Formats: sequence, structure tokens, C-alpha cells
Amino acid sequence: MAQGQDGAALLRADALSLERGGRELFCGLSFTVRPGQLLQIEGPNGAGKTSLLRILAGLSRYGFGGRVHRQAPQLYLGHHPAVKALLTPRENLAWHVAGEGGHSDARIEAALEQVGLYGYEDVPSMTLSAGQHRRVNLARLYLSSAPLWLLDEPFTAIDKAGVAQLEQLLENHVQGGGAVILTSHQALQLTRLVEFIHLDAGLVA
Amino acid sequence: MWSFFHKLGSPPWLFGIAGSILRWLLPITLVALAVGLVWGLLFTHPDFRQGNSYRIIYIHVPAAVVALAGYYVMAIAGAVSLVWKMKMADVAMRACAPIGAALTFIALVTGSIWGKPTWGTWWVWDARITSMLILLFLYLGVVALYEAYDNKEAAGKACAVLSLVGTVNIPIIYKSVDWWYSLHQPASIRFTGGSTIDASMLYPLLLMIVAFYCLFTCCLLMNMRAELVEREARTNWVRKLARAGEARA
Amino acid sequence: MSPASRPPATSAFCLTLVRRQLTLAVRRPVDIGNPLLFFAMVVALFPLGLGPAPDKLADFAPGILWIIALLSSLLSSDTVFRSDFEDGSLEQLLLAPQPLYLSVLAYILAHWLITGALLALVSPLFAVMINLPSAAIPALVCALALGTAVLSLVGGIGAALTVGLKRGGMLISLLILPFYMPVLIFGSAAVRQAALGAPAAPYLAILGAMLCLAIALAPLAIAAGLRISVDA
Repeated sequence: MAQGQDGAALLRADALSLERGGRELFCGLSFTVRPGQLLQIEGPNGAGKTSLLRILAGLSRYGFGGRVHRQAPQLYLGHHPAVKALLTPRENLAWHVAGEGGHSDARIEAALEQVGLYGYEDVPSMTLSAGQHRRVNLARLYLSSAPLWLLDEPFTAIDKAGVAQLEQLLENHVQGGGAVILTSHQALQLTRLVEFIHLDAGLVA
Repeated sequence: MWSFFHKLGSPPWLFGIAGSILRWLLPITLVALAVGLVWGLLFTHPDFRQGNSYRIIYIHVPAAVVALAGYYVMAIAGAVSLVWKMKMADVAMRACAPIGAALTFIALVTGSIWGKPTWGTWWVWDARITSMLILLFLYLGVVALYEAYDNKEAAGKACAVLSLVGTVNIPIIYKSVDWWYSLHQPASIRFTGGSTIDASMLYPLLLMIVAFYCLFTCCLLMNMRAELVEREARTNWVRKLARAGEARA
Repeated sequence: MSPASRPPATSAFCLTLVRRQLTLAVRRPVDIGNPLLFFAMVVALFPLGLGPAPDKLADFAPGILWIIALLSSLLSSDTVFRSDFEDGSLEQLLLAPQPLYLSVLAYILAHWLITGALLALVSPLFAVMINLPSAAIPALVCALALGTAVLSLVGGIGAALTVGLKRGGMLISLLILPFYMPVLIFGSAAVRQAALGAPAAPYLAILGAMLCLAIALAPLAIAAGLRISVDA
């Protein structure tokens, strides 16, 4: 893991505010993310969870107030799995991590095996299910060296065993000095670790 | 200095200041337009070659000049909005496009009306006319792009990029069309020669150009005020304004 | 989990990107064939509309070929970023540590290779169909190769600005056709001069200058447009 020392902030949000369609979704939202934190963004539909995550990732650049200080590399996985139907899972994953570092074929294969795609490496992705697409995407987590993960609904379309495995992975990452911010409608099993950002109240609990 | 910029970013302040500018600029514009038109149309000598038909320049030339200038106003507002993320620049840019399109259209129509008696044809693929036509397309493109976006903030940024691309391209387009025309120019039509203009005809023309600039500014400010109210419809200051308006009515 | 690995060199990343785009195109060859088929069909329309007289066709041939090239480039430019926008790949591209300017250039290069470059290569075939003098064919290929690269870059601006919109197809033509005009003027002039036996090099040089300018500036506008589209 590449990580800062314990206590060094990975990301700092300063007085974030967001307005959509004339309605204020949140305002004055400030928090700091440090290594070892697992933050779940909570709120009803339309509360701005995904928007907040996109602001933190730097995909949203306009239309919000406040500042985000990114002090460590981050890995953002969005709603869409970014899997090309015409490419095989191996090619898809190789492309996904191409920006981060040169990963050998063996490592990519191992990551695909980790997410349960052993034997599917070289079939065209269009024959795979939505859950398997998501798994191709999640295989990035096994290869990434970014200390901060921003995950938007990572459990969507994943089966029970997969969810448990993913939670284990998140826990390992957090305990290894990383940090995770995620949105999910599912309650995580790792409740003792999780901290919440409640968007309906605009406060960090 | 900075406080001025902050104020410029505040919709109610801008709305107010635009209103007070309009209060004296609008009468000036109307007077200038009226004086310029009457002077140009009634009190100048007819041209010895073109007779009375030349008088259309008192509409045509100012419209063309201001249409071109309007594009640069729009592009500069776009640049400001992109660089300093100033929302009011967005509003100004958005307000510019339809006015500019209308002026370009007026210039084209009056030009072709002028062309009929002068060159015997409604339309010539002359460099300047073709460039004006392309300018109209550029304006309409900005309007169309703005309307296509649901998220008006993004729409403003996208239009800003488009109008900046346009500013780089307008000189290139103009020069290429100019070159293309000189290659194909039919010898029978010549109308740039003898471009000297008598002072008695020039002064009303200058007055009309100034009047059109004022008119453009007035339309821009009015459009901006409308856009501001629409954007900020849910805020307190607009509600207060609406209530005051009702009370007056 | 993994040892900290350095981000790869930008050039390697861009090469990967080009290779990926080409792989995608090769796996769906219909997308490569369609613009060419379109070109062939429209070429067939012109004699039907203008009459089959060979000398008249030869007169109009440079303009005809260039206008069709313009249209086919326009039709394909809408798709440059669309599928990547829809499946989320574009977000990942924007977040990659490599400079967006160069990745965008790689995208456009891939797009040009499978549309413009290919079109330039097969254009002699169509030129013969509408009677373009054979002396003009080298100039046609060069002009199309240079010109379509400019068209791809300019089209990319339109594509980037409209990729987030549900119905971008018609809008993109409104936005970028005005910017296509200089290319049309000098591209067809080069071919016409060559057909008359005059040197086409000056016009090709101007097209080359336009290409340099487009390479320098268009990626900036495309990158800005993509950021806006992903944000909207």
C-alpha cells in the first residue's frame, strides 16, 4: 500500500454546498478523511450522495460551493462498470488499470480470479451478466495502489458471497492504512468500523 | 477592486444596477435611433449612382458592425465564465446569442434588399455575405446548444467553449472565404471600389452605429435581467421583487 | 495488496488507448465499413442528380468528393466518445493521471485512422467513378488525408460538447459544419488545381497549417467539452 502516515489527511472537504434545481441538497459540509476510515454516505434518494462522491473525485467541477483538497491518489468507481462489451474481461481490466501502472498479465489474471471470474478471462464481455460486469470493475480494487477509494454503490448486482468478500476487502484496505468513502443502500456488516456522512442533515456523525 | 467583482457576482446587485443603467440608456438609445433614422433617411442627399436605395446602409451597416462585435462580447463573457467560474458571465453570454443572431439576420436581409437594385440580384456569394451567413450559423449553434442542455450551468460552460472555438475560427473562415471568393470572383460585380463616403452621409451613419451599440447594450441588459429572474426564481430577492410588482399592479 | 507502482509513461498510455480503440473498431467492422459505404452511395447519387455527362461530372468531382467526405466525417464524429460516455469509461479517462490533452489526441488519432485515413486510401476508386482526371488523384489522397484529420479534430469538439445529450446527432452538425468550411475550400481547391495541371502543393501546405493549428488547440476544447459533459 502506498499511504500517508497515520493521521495525515487523504482528503479534506471544505464547506461543500450543492444546489440542484433551486433546491439546496447540502451546505457547509466539511470533513477530513484520514487513513483507517471507512465512511458511508447516507441519505434518501435524491439527497446528493452520488453528486457528493463525484465532487470528491473531481468529476464535478461546476455548480458546487466550497473546496476539496485531494492529498492522495484516489480510485473512483462509479455507477457504470465501464466494461466494453466487445472486449474480454482481461482486456477491460488491463485498460482500466493502464493509467495507474504497468501490471503484468499474471497479476491481472489473479485479480480476475479473486472476483470469481476464473475461466471467463477471455470470453467477450457481452456474454457476461450485469453482476459479472461489476465484478470486472471491482477487480481494480485488487490492483490499485491508491490509498483512497471512492465507491458509488459497489454492491449493486453483486451476490451475497460477493458482498461478504467485498466487505472483507474493504476492511483489509482500511486496516492496511487506506480509506474508503462509499455510498450504499445496504447496511454494511462491518458496522463497528463505519462512520457516516448524513446528507439529509448536512452533518458528519 | 475585489469588492466590485464580488458585487458583480451577486444577482440582486446586478439586477439592480442593470435596471438603473437601463433607466437612462433606454431613452438615449431611442432618441439616437430616431434622430439617426430621420437624419439619414430624410435629410441626406441621394447618392448620385445609387439614388435613394443606398439609404438602407443606415440599418445595414450598424447591424452588421454590432453583430460582429456582439460575437466578441459573447466570447469574452464565455472566457470569463470558464476562467473565473463567474455565473454572471454565463448569464451575459446567454443573453448575447439571440440578440447577435437577430442583428446578423437583419444585416443579411437588409443587405440582400440592398443588393437587388444595386447588383440586380438578391444574393451573391461574396466573401463578406458568406462570412455573415456563417456568423449567423455560429450564433444559432450557441443558442441550440444552450437549449439542448437541461443543466443550465453546464449549458453555459459548453456554450463558452463553443464561442471560444468560434473566435479562433472566425478570422480563418473569413480569410478562407475571402480568398475563395477572389479566386472565383465574377468580373461583372464590383462594389468595394469608390468607398469614399461624403461627410454629410457619414455623420448620420456614425450616429446610427452608436445608437445600435446602445440598442445592443439595452437588449443585453434586459435579457440578462430576464435570465437572472428566471434562474433565481426560487430565491428570496426574486420573491420580494415579485411581491413588490404585484403590489404596484 | 500491491506494491506502489508508478503511473506508466504518458506515451505508453496513449499507445494503449489507440490500440484499444482500434481493437474495438476491428471487432465491429461494420462501423468501419459504414462510412465507406455511405461515401460510395452518395457518389452514386451525384450522376443521378447532375446527369451522366462525363465532362460535367469531372468539373464538379473535386467539390463532390469533398462534400461527401465532409458528410461522412460528420456522421461518424458523433460516435467518437458516445459509447465511452454511456458505459462510464470516459469518467475513468478523465480521472487518469495522464494529461487529458494527449489522451484526447490519441482518441482522435484512432478515430481518424479508421475513418479519414481509410477514406483517403480508397478515394481513388470513387474518384474514377465520377471521372476525376487521374492527374488529380495523388492530390486528392493527400488533401483528404490532411483534411479529414482536421475534420476529425474539429468534429471531436462537437462530439465532446454534445456527448452528454440524448439527441446530439443533429445538433453536432449545426455546431461544427461552419468550422468545416475552410477545410472544404482549400481541400477542393487543391484537387481542382491538380486537375487543371497546376501545382497543388500550396493548398496542401495550407491544409497542413490548419492541421497544426487544430492539433494545438482542438484537444484543449475537446478536453474542456468532455469535462463539462461528464459534469452535466
